[in-house]
Amino acid sequence: MQDSLSRPLVARASLLTRWNKFQLRYAPYMFIAPFFLLYAVFGLFPTLFSLFLSFQAWQPAAGLGSMKFVGFSNYTFNLTDPIFWKTLKNTGSLALMSGLPQHLIAIPLAFAIHMGLRKLQSLVTAVYFLPYITSVVAIAMIFTTMFSQDFGVINQVLQAIKHIPLIGSIIPDERINWLGKKEFIQPAISMIVIWRYTGWNTVLYLSGLQAIPRDLYEAASVDGATTWQQFVRITLPLLKPIAFFAVTLTIIGNLQLFEEPFITVGPSGGVGQMGLTTAMWLYRTGFEFNDMGTAAAMSWLLFIVIGLLTLVNNRLFGRGAVAGGEN
Amino acid sequence: MQATVQASPAPARRKKPLGAGLIVGYALLFLGAIGTIAPFYFMFVFATHTRTTIFNLPPPTWFGAHFLDNYQTLIGRIPFWRELWNSFYLACIATGTAMFFCALGGYGFAMYNFKGRNTLFTVLMATMLIPGLLNLVPFYLVMQALGWINQPRALWVPGMAGAMGIFLMRQYIGSAIPKELVEAARIDGASEFGIFLRIVLPLSGPAMSTLGLITFIGSWNNFTGPLIIFRSAETFTVQLGLRSMQGMGNTEWGALMAGTALAVLPLLIIFTAASRQLIEGLTAGSMKG
Repeated sequence: MQDSLSRPLVARASLLTRWNKFQLRYAPYMFIAPFFLLYAVFGLFPTLFSLFLSFQAWQPAAGLGSMKFVGFSNYTFNLTDPIFWKTLKNTGSLALMSGLPQHLIAIPLAFAIHMGLRKLQSLVTAVYFLPYITSVVAIAMIFTTMFSQDFGVINQVLQAIKHIPLIGSIIPDERINWLGKKEFIQPAISMIVIWRYTGWNTVLYLSGLQAIPRDLYEAASVDGATTWQQFVRITLPLLKPIAFFAVTLTIIGNLQLFEEPFITVGPSGGVGQMGLTTAMWLYRTGFEFNDMGTAAAMSWLLFIVIGLLTLVNNRLFGRGAVAGGEN
Repeated sequence: MQATVQASPAPARRKKPLGAGLIVGYALLFLGAIGTIAPFYFMFVFATHTRTTIFNLPPPTWFGAHFLDNYQTLIGRIPFWRELWNSFYLACIATGTAMFFCALGGYGFAMYNFKGRNTLFTVLMATMLIPGLLNLVPFYLVMQALGWINQPRALWVPGMAGAMGIFLMRQYIGSAIPKELVEAARIDGASEFGIFLRIVLPLSGPAMSTLGLITFIGSWNNFTGPLIIFRSAETFTVQLGLRSMQGMGNTEWGALMAGTALAVLPLLIIFTAASRQLIEGLTAGSMKG
């Protein structure tokens, strides 16, 4: 059978090889095309459009024709709007109040889990990680009940701790009106954010710790280094690349803080607008006041802030850290 | 936290007796763990109490007998099961499409040497760093122009070939599937897409399931996306529904906690079954960025 068909088979074979070569050459482009097409339509285009929009005055209800070029006035409007500055201040203090503790807890926690726990390691990690995979709506709901002034669990616990000497003295006498008083809204929101992301950071640091060779510690302890010295001299310097990365993620994420305050104190930002972040204000400007131009300009202003802070972070302790990663 | 640090045991702890500092350190660690799961515990406890007993002094710390009452109130206030179905439907399509297209993209990047590969991959990774908020307003406008407001596809189509998923799949396919196997199939006359379907997909199970779980959970928990896209009540996902209940005056906290517990339960089950896999997948995706 093969003999009788040998001639046409050769011709077909050469055609097949041509097709094979062709598809071998272009197949990878086809395979990765979906990402680039989708990104062009739903990522890049909206970004560029928002840049364009930030120079226009536009009420979407009036149709595309009502768009009017207004130069930088959307930007100057935001920059002269006291509420915008207030939201920026809120965002900044929330980012710091909720960001810093995450890392200050996560690093020693990861160290303790890594060095000490053997069998329980994955269980403890999973427990700390659990909040990260829970929906923010659920989290906010649970915390709202727990933050309740008169009957909330958190105030109950605080009242109980008050009887312990030393720590007890820093707890105020009356029950804290967490979500109803100006000065407590941001700490309350921060607690939620810390609760939600500390486990995530712990896992990031844990994977950094696992990359540090154990013999380094063994050698150090042979030389008589205490655990504290090992932590400061070995762990912290070698964790720097991961810390840089984790802090970058926290900066980018925290400056866009939206869901936690939006659900716990509502779109208004609560008493004294203390929980009103720039992201929430942006959402309201766009979707409540239908002022798309101002909202777009605001998003670019926030983008600049995020970019600057990421740059500062990079300068401060990103040196040599970025080079890691894939490839 | 300094105390924890000092208290952490050295690797050579077998030689040392348990110090007081160490005990304090571990006490803090386990106290922290309890603090972390406490909100979940109270969610389930409150789901079984009426509003009046939740806000009692002291608040309930053990399960009550009012779960069914709460459940009745819940389904009286919001179309809970339909919202749950909306969430489930969206999450399933998002998961299925993401698994397929991310594996395809990951395969493309992992197994081929083509012109511009490294540049394109860098571009793909860089897109992950752009703050999502920048697109909030125009994203809505694009969806409006497409007529996709109130359509689930507005949420799953843009995400079905996500950068993070492609990265995850690339890492796995590149390291777990031998190039010789692909080469052998090619010599046997399989087409490139055929190789993907018949060899790469079946062998990418572990990474695909990780990606699937991540996508499912992400979609299930998504709040901002549905908030912008789902404007009419019958399209609400469970997250939007629960929040709409909070907005009503005289919030029925017991019912709300029951609904929240029911909405969180599937995730808790998934997490219990696959926590290791999930944690590894979630961190791997961002670590290497």
